[in-house]
Amino acid sequence: MRKCSLENINSVFAKIAEKAALYLPVDGDDGKASFTKWAEGKEWSDALNTVRSPKDFFFPQVEDLMRFKTEGKNIEITDIREESEDFVIFGVRGCDVKSFDILDRVFLSAPVDSYYASRREHGIIVSVACTRPSETCFCKSFGIDPAAPAGDVTCRKCEKELFWQANTEKGEALLKSIEEYTEECSSEAVDAVTEKINKIMAKLPLAGLDTKAFGGGKTKEFFDRPEWAELSEACLGCGTCTFVCPTCQCYDIKDFNTGNGVIRYRCWDSCMYSEFTKMAHGNNRLTQKERFRQRFMHKLVYYPENNDGLFSCVGCGRCLSRCPISMNIVKVMKKLGGEN
Amino acid sequence: MQKVTREQLIERAAALFADGTVSSVLGWKRGEFDYDITPAVFESAEELEKEFVWNDFCGANFSKYLVSKTVKAEEKILVFLKPCDTYSFNQLLTEHRFDREKVYAVGIPCEGMADIEKIKKITGEGIAKIECGEKLAVTTIYNDAPVPVDPSDVLAERCANCKSKKHVAYDELIGDEGEVVSSARFDEVEKLEAMTPDERFAFWQGELSRCIRCNACRDACPACTCEVCVFNNPRSGVENKAPANSFEEKMFHIIRAFHVAGRCTDCGECSRVCPQNIPLHLLNRKFIKDMNECYGEYQAGEEVGTKAPLVDYTTEDLEPGEVFDRRDTDA
Amino acid sequence: MQVKEYRPLIVAFCCNWCSYAGADLAGNNRADYPAEVKIIRVPCSCRVNPMFILKAFQRGADGVILCGCHPGDCHYTSGNYYTRRRMAMLFSMLDYLGIERERTRVEWVSAAEGAKFAATMNDFVKKVTELGENKRLEDLRCKK
Repeated sequence: MRKCSLENINSVFAKIAEKAALYLPVDGDDGKASFTKWAEGKEWSDALNTVRSPKDFFFPQVEDLMRFKTEGKNIEITDIREESEDFVIFGVRGCDVKSFDILDRVFLSAPVDSYYASRREHGIIVSVACTRPSETCFCKSFGIDPAAPAGDVTCRKCEKELFWQANTEKGEALLKSIEEYTEECSSEAVDAVTEKINKIMAKLPLAGLDTKAFGGGKTKEFFDRPEWAELSEACLGCGTCTFVCPTCQCYDIKDFNTGNGVIRYRCWDSCMYSEFTKMAHGNNRLTQKERFRQRFMHKLVYYPENNDGLFSCVGCGRCLSRCPISMNIVKVMKKLGGEN
Repeated sequence: MQKVTREQLIERAAALFADGTVSSVLGWKRGEFDYDITPAVFESAEELEKEFVWNDFCGANFSKYLVSKTVKAEEKILVFLKPCDTYSFNQLLTEHRFDREKVYAVGIPCEGMADIEKIKKITGEGIAKIECGEKLAVTTIYNDAPVPVDPSDVLAERCANCKSKKHVAYDELIGDEGEVVSSARFDEVEKLEAMTPDERFAFWQGELSRCIRCNACRDACPACTCEVCVFNNPRSGVENKAPANSFEEKMFHIIRAFHVAGRCTDCGECSRVCPQNIPLHLLNRKFIKDMNECYGEYQAGEEVGTKAPLVDYTTEDLEPGEVFDRRDTDA
Repeated sequence: MQVKEYRPLIVAFCCNWCSYAGADLAGNNRADYPAEVKIIRVPCSCRVNPMFILKAFQRGADGVILCGCHPGDCHYTSGNYYTRRRMAMLFSMLDYLGIERERTRVEWVSAAEGAKFAATMNDFVKKVTELGENKRLEDLRCKK
């Protein structure tokens, strides 16, 4: 384990940014933090979470796939992807780090999504332990330890110092490159911080949220539950929850006619939309109730069924604070899981 | 703090249940915390007693729900309407979007709603409890003693610039009737108008670049009640699910604001629900301000059946080119 | 090497009954106006919805002009009165977003005003040329 002074942090950032683009949470004009490319003068935000999750780095909202051009009877197809460059995402919270595992299982299992895989290879994740979780946090329910987030490097803030711990080879290399700014240290201070975080975690209002009612093989148990009607009643059918969610990974592939060719691109899609997976016969989820159910069944039942019991929710709380009508996975879990 | 209490509303609703006037109630339902309130339909007085809330966090405008709730309804539904909601209510009636016969509208006075984000700026994250009173008593998991917060310091933008405390539609009113109030709601628009085009462009480019096209603004908007939105219609030629670039961000918001121009009652739902805090109301207010100045004062939803400025004309209207001169000579 | 002179691309929506005939008359009279003006014939100026204007910009137009019958002369009685209000509001909004106000215009041109049509186009092309390329409402995907 190594440490550096927080006063010095901008020189560390400068050093990292020499070799690779560095992104970190920075407060915007609206007072909300978002991942921003670091440059001189950009300050690392204290905010707990960014509004948009860092999944954008590996799975951007819009991504051009290829271009077609027809001339006479010939169709010319060009791969227009840009070669990924090395980048570092600093300040990722434990919940968001876990979300990459969930995305990996979708995009890196055969057939491998080469667009995603390339970004994943080029990205280095530096996580930061949470010190002041919010009332909307419930990562513990999904087995995530906010005091010991995964990632290539784990950082912990402690008083005026930042502790760095490499977890992977990529992480070792990153720490090596900033060696001159850090010094070797023991983990005692970190242990104290961990203990403090654990105490706070126990005090959180959603600390007791239990997932054991859910999991693979429970489709029949939950699919026809009458509560879905009530839960989805006020749902507006917007895509806020899916677009701020770090684990939602559905996308649509569409063509855009540029007037001198066609660009095929993919963009995030939301199961909350009435056109989601629309087929020739129309939509197989006729009302918002079915669409709403799909989202939560996917997170709590279908995904774990296909992925060794891993839930596709990380408890980051973004949907809790962003839903226009304040309906969210916690309310669904409590209602269906029997605790109310 | 709201002047009418939750108990008063439940008592009245229970009476209306009992005498058979209504068979359900559209109201606010408590959530996990003290501020995350969900619109819900209550079927009995017992359900209301259990989960109904009325406090400083009941922002949701119910008018739009009436479109779906009255389609096949056989009995009346009771809906609680704040003053600003009644304007949307009338506007939807003007457009024949729901069945008035199936609704029993109860007007309730509103002292303005609190913005949880503004509260968190004062108290920090980790809110454990909020008690609504003269002051909001906010307890967080980090400080055990409640922090007193003055409701007027944390009013939602739309409430700080409230245009009317008057109910323009109701079957019965609980509490006192309010007045149309003078507001500073066009001040921000004027500030932008006074900027140079370059500054305005930079401002909007910055704001709209945060858009994630979640459609929350559209789906919450009581004026957006198209069965299929042009941006969802594959035959429209502009259908898309994400803004591919800054052009598409602008197109979506310009067109959306234009589609509701003259019909927008300035209820402020769009800005309330935006997860990225884009000040969308500034687009709608620009249209309202322009129409007021060019075609005479008009408040959408003030009365049922009025003709909005963009579906009306006079032979003396100003020319499109003159719309700029008007402002330049004003200034 | 000589720098290629900038020639703007202009889209002109012309109403079938007046302005399109006016453009025709301009042609018959051999009145000069720049070839960069691409005319799109519409049944009435009122047919043009704001999306058309934005789409034109998206596809690479540097300026969009809408021509219709003089107020009072609409083939459909009142179409152009609605156009007048709509476009006034739209142009004001575009200006509010910081888009150059000279890039959009509405002009009333009757079937007898061939000379006015040519003069209008010459003037509009000149103004847009001074502004240069449309950068604020461009869609880079549509650039060749």
